[in-house]
Amino acid sequence: MSFDDAYGALTDHDDDTRWAYGTGFADPLAGVPAAIPPGVDRAALAEYCLMLGDDALIMSHRLQQWVTLAPELEDEVAIANIALDLLGQARLLLTRAAEASADVAPAPAAASSAAAPAPVAASSAAGDAPVAASSAAGDASTGARGEDALAFGRGPAEFRNVQLVERADADFAHLVARLLAFATWRLAVLDRLRDTADPILAAVATKAVKELTYHREYAAHWVVRLGDGTDESHSRMQSAIDALWPLLAELDHEPSPLAPTTWRPEFNAILSQVLTAATVAEPAAAPAESSAAAPAESSAAAPAESSAADASLSTEAPDAVSAVDDAAEMSLPGATLPPTHRGGGGGGARAANFEISPLAESGRDGVHTPALAEILDEMQGLARSVPGGVW
Amino acid sequence: MLDFEDTIARDQRIEPRDPMPEAYRKTMIRQIAQHAHSEIIGMQPEGEWITRAPTLRRKAILLAKVQDEAGHGLYLYSAAETLGADRGDLTTRLIEGRQKYSSIFNYPTLTFADVGVIGWLVDGAAICNQVPLCRSSYGPYGRAMIRICKEESFHQRQGYELLMTMMRGTDVQREMVQDAVNRWWWPSLMMFGPPDGDSPNTAQSMAWKIKRHTNDELRQRFVDMSVPQAVSLGVTLPDPALRWNEERGHHDFGTPDWDELKRVISGDGPMNAARITRRRQAHEDGAWVRAAAAAHARKKAS
Repeated sequence: MSFDDAYGALTDHDDDTRWAYGTGFADPLAGVPAAIPPGVDRAALAEYCLMLGDDALIMSHRLQQWVTLAPELEDEVAIANIALDLLGQARLLLTRAAEASADVAPAPAAASSAAAPAPVAASSAAGDAPVAASSAAGDASTGARGEDALAFGRGPAEFRNVQLVERADADFAHLVARLLAFATWRLAVLDRLRDTADPILAAVATKAVKELTYHREYAAHWVVRLGDGTDESHSRMQSAIDALWPLLAELDHEPSPLAPTTWRPEFNAILSQVLTAATVAEPAAAPAESSAAAPAESSAAAPAESSAADASLSTEAPDAVSAVDDAAEMSLPGATLPPTHRGGGGGGARAANFEISPLAESGRDGVHTPALAEILDEMQGLARSVPGGVW
Repeated sequence: MLDFEDTIARDQRIEPRDPMPEAYRKTMIRQIAQHAHSEIIGMQPEGEWITRAPTLRRKAILLAKVQDEAGHGLYLYSAAETLGADRGDLTTRLIEGRQKYSSIFNYPTLTFADVGVIGWLVDGAAICNQVPLCRSSYGPYGRAMIRICKEESFHQRQGYELLMTMMRGTDVQREMVQDAVNRWWWPSLMMFGPPDGDSPNTAQSMAWKIKRHTNDELRQRFVDMSVPQAVSLGVTLPDPALRWNEERGHHDFGTPDWDELKRVISGDGPMNAARITRRRQAHEDGAWVRAAAAAHARKKAS
């Protein structure tokens, strides 16, 4: 049986390609020029990479909380895989944010020494100076890097993720509903960023499009299965969509000048298509209570107490696309929001200056539900508790 | 059954459709199922640290590792199904305590150093146990083990590398590593099972070539392998009797607490109840999801 000599196989370590994106064995950005081209606004690039990176990091965290709790082994593998893809995207984007501008990194006082801020290239007088090539991957020797300073050194008000990614999932239907919306949105956005001016952001987007296509497909299949499956699963899927809906308005509030603005029709069409196939009704309008701002349970898998689900069940699918449009438009705050002031008044002042309406509470401006603070306690606790630690 | 014995004698694989003694089939199902259960329960001790990993790189490595374990569980259950077992039935047996999993996963993971020590010692012991299983006489199991062993060796190197990094860190980190080694060393030695004199099934399993070395042989190999690694790392293995024996060409070492192993195997370890409770909870919480998938598939088929 020499053909399957296991001892020989153990020394065959050349097949690192099977490792998921971002685990540190191969540089996914190899060959991509790292210099920030002239004409790219470093501050704007840093901010937008931070937003997209935070979205991926926090969504990945919520998916990580499902590990060992999935309904079936195939879903254990799939959920971990999606979490890993998003974590890989987050690492590259946070690294790029730190490279593009030192301003996005937490001040040394705020950062724990476990995550010393280490932007590779501070924004210099020469705005087009080549940035030292440094991807997050493949560098095991340096413990303090931009990605870790940003992930472990910031407080909730400095995170720029949308609130959609923070929410804990009451059950598996809530998870796949949220993942469907997130992956559909992110795929539409990153697809449009493949030719953006910054070569690194463009390369990350190109790589991510393949991953997100799978994430969207995985979520869509489950939404359809649950919507169509049994009475119970249909009811749970409908409640999950009802709970999701108020979170979608925030997606239209995109303060970055680099953000694509044409993703909505694609997003609406995909959601309509999936919900129609799932025989799940689109909520005509956001529910009265602001579930977007409600504190979420920290447990990822608490059984759903589907309360108002039956009341909102409808067997008639309304005009799908317009229902989405209506829901979005009636709550579209973008034009009336004050502009974002980063580095101006400090994190705490930002929220206080707003006239708070539910729709002004955008994660993009650093306004979050209590769920984010819980996530960060869990994520950052160890890193912050060992001063000077190297991992 | 002449074919079966002839195949075994010629060191060839038994394949799913080949004739085989019923006792062989049952023994294989039990062995593969216990291994599959161990992979799935084994996701829990380290899985608890994914959301708390102190760097994003460590988080990615740990997440990939736990995902690998789910994958191992999947193809081991598939190998068991080639013998006529049913995955759902095997899961029920696990949850009801009628089938075992590796006793090592009934110990708690108290610090992040445990993640590294599990990679180094627990995965290291698993590799010592499993590499010979790549030559198991049952084909689907042997082939699954080849892939599993390759991935386990990745995990072991990553665990050891984490410990090396932590040992270069602060005093607090070095203490964390030594403390984790102190807690995991003896349970790792117990992973090879009871001493040979106390292992009634070994002779039959060796005759059927589903086991290639005795428990004590494998345990010795693991100790000999681990001692120089501990020296490189700069940690002390918690065994005053551990020393090189020139005459034997092996290390002498102390006797594990076999009463503790019996207690943990019989369900009385520190984390037995918690591990099974979590697995049962996931299974029960997922019941409506699996029912929905089945109902949807039926509608599509009709």
